[in-house]
Amino acid sequence: MKVRVGIGIIAFFAVVAVVGPWLNDLMGIGPWKIDYDAISRPPGGGHLLGATSQGTDVLAQVIAGTRNSMVVGALAGVIGIVLAVVVGVTAGFFGGRIDALLSFLTNMFLVLPVLPLTLIVAGYVQDTGPVTIALIIGLFGWAPGARTLRAQTLSLRGRDFVMAMRMLGETRTRLIFVEVLPHLAGWISAMFLHLVLGAVLAEAGLAFLGISSADTVSWGTIIDQARQVALLNGMWWWFVPPGLCIALLGTATGLVNFGIDEVMNPRLRTADIKAMRKALA
Amino acid sequence: MSDIPILAAEDVTKHFESRDGVGRHVTVRAVENVTLRLHRGRIAALVGESGSGKTTLARLLAQFYPVTSGRILLRGEPVTGPDRRFAGEVQLVFQDPFASLNSLRRVEHNLRRALKLHAHPAGDEHVRELLGKVNLTPEAEFARKLPHELSGGQRQRVAIARALAVRPSVLLGDEPISMLDVSIRLDVLNLLARLRDEEGLALLYITHDIASARYLSDDVFVMYAGQMVEGGPAESVIQEPKHPYTRLLVDSSPDPERAAGSSAFTAAEKLGEPPSLVDPPPGCRFHPRCPFARDECRTEFPPRTEFPDGGWTNCWLHVTRPEDTPTP
Repeated sequence: MKVRVGIGIIAFFAVVAVVGPWLNDLMGIGPWKIDYDAISRPPGGGHLLGATSQGTDVLAQVIAGTRNSMVVGALAGVIGIVLAVVVGVTAGFFGGRIDALLSFLTNMFLVLPVLPLTLIVAGYVQDTGPVTIALIIGLFGWAPGARTLRAQTLSLRGRDFVMAMRMLGETRTRLIFVEVLPHLAGWISAMFLHLVLGAVLAEAGLAFLGISSADTVSWGTIIDQARQVALLNGMWWWFVPPGLCIALLGTATGLVNFGIDEVMNPRLRTADIKAMRKALA
Repeated sequence: MSDIPILAAEDVTKHFESRDGVGRHVTVRAVENVTLRLHRGRIAALVGESGSGKTTLARLLAQFYPVTSGRILLRGEPVTGPDRRFAGEVQLVFQDPFASLNSLRRVEHNLRRALKLHAHPAGDEHVRELLGKVNLTPEAEFARKLPHELSGGQRQRVAIARALAVRPSVLLGDEPISMLDVSIRLDVLNLLARLRDEEGLALLYITHDIASARYLSDDVFVMYAGQMVEGGPAESVIQEPKHPYTRLLVDSSPDPERAAGSSAFTAAEKLGEPPSLVDPPPGCRFHPRCPFARDECRTEFPPRTEFPDGGWTNCWLHVTRPEDTPTP
């Protein structure tokens, strides 16, 4: 149940991200459309979630922002998890010098102060669109995951079942991909969701600090703009929707994580509801 | 029994380099100068208490790690490393059937992979044939099961079937029944005996259970603290142990016909622990616990004494005056 709610929320945001602009057109609203009559208007009437101090529609901005926030989250998550798996599993499985080298690299990235560094890099890069932001966040965010995966792989590598398959003459590639990696699937997917959420939050944080391009709108940029005016004037409808979206996404990833273990561990999988009903009947 | 052993360890030694609690470099002398030969159609039992080097020796034979000195010979030829050809001849069955099967993979995955890796036909019927060989029936049903749906004994049979899938000539069993319920141990032992008789496998059966060694094996070898101290035909080693340590082992296995306290070793048992393998005692490593220890036992490892029944031992008691066998 928890998992379904979580997946539902994530799926909802994904759909909004995909069809967002079209949805705005359908409702006849747009993130940059200025309605001078509606400046700072609370929710209701023509503007379901109210309007900003510039007269733009909050709902339209949140819908348009969903796409950019989700793109940053997903892209940064994919980059981060791929790097974490490649570095962590390789280091753990092969050990020796490869491990020493990759662990050094991981530790280096681990102690880098990510946020200030991201600020500096983002400051240097000309175009700070969502893809750039995602690249930066992904490239600096993989290290903790790599460390965890290295430790897990190290423990799996020495287990009897891996030894037994090696004893059969199994190839290294298949030992990693068929025997070891499936045991890490739970870790990897949980880590991926964590990275996605972290990236969305980091993007919001960066936008809040002013690191974002002026012509993109995301949950973070909306909050950033609201910060300057809304709090002073009590315009809660401006910053609550994007904030709520971020919080909802966070909750959803948490809920999905609860369920991942059950999916990945076949022992928990046996508690098949249908089978139990059949047995009881 | 052919003259050339299928798999042999010749004078092998294995030292592990490690660090102690305060980070000093230490050498663990796990196995020292051990020779063990496995012949076709025979089961050799390797007995000894925990930490005596039995598992290390089995893993050396399986090429899990390289020997420090000595040689591993496969059909008389030195083995250079664990390649596919070696894997096709020598297989190891692990002690813990709960750890030796991938919990995410079905039984048939294990067997089919083993068949494919060694270019044997890997159809459903071949998987079923393997399961039949280890008495897991109905075969088709067991093929579809995940490890957690099986009992310990069934898992161990799957592990044995997987080892058999490559059609090995040597099977190394590292305490294959010690994790199983007593009620199903005999089944697995009988299975191993059948494999020896029907398939002509050479088997190494590692155990600390003297009774099962006697039941199953043709030859028994006794290890103590990394050294081989006695060997020979099973009956002679267990009925007339020559080495005091073997006698201690035999006496410590329960026997309803032996009255309590009749053993000469009540004193020795109190001496307790086996020695440290980092800093083993000089000479015969058993001398601190041996009630018959003499001066030479404390200085020099005894040479091998052979007996007419095919047995042998490394014990000073038999070197100087063979007629002076200690009696309890």
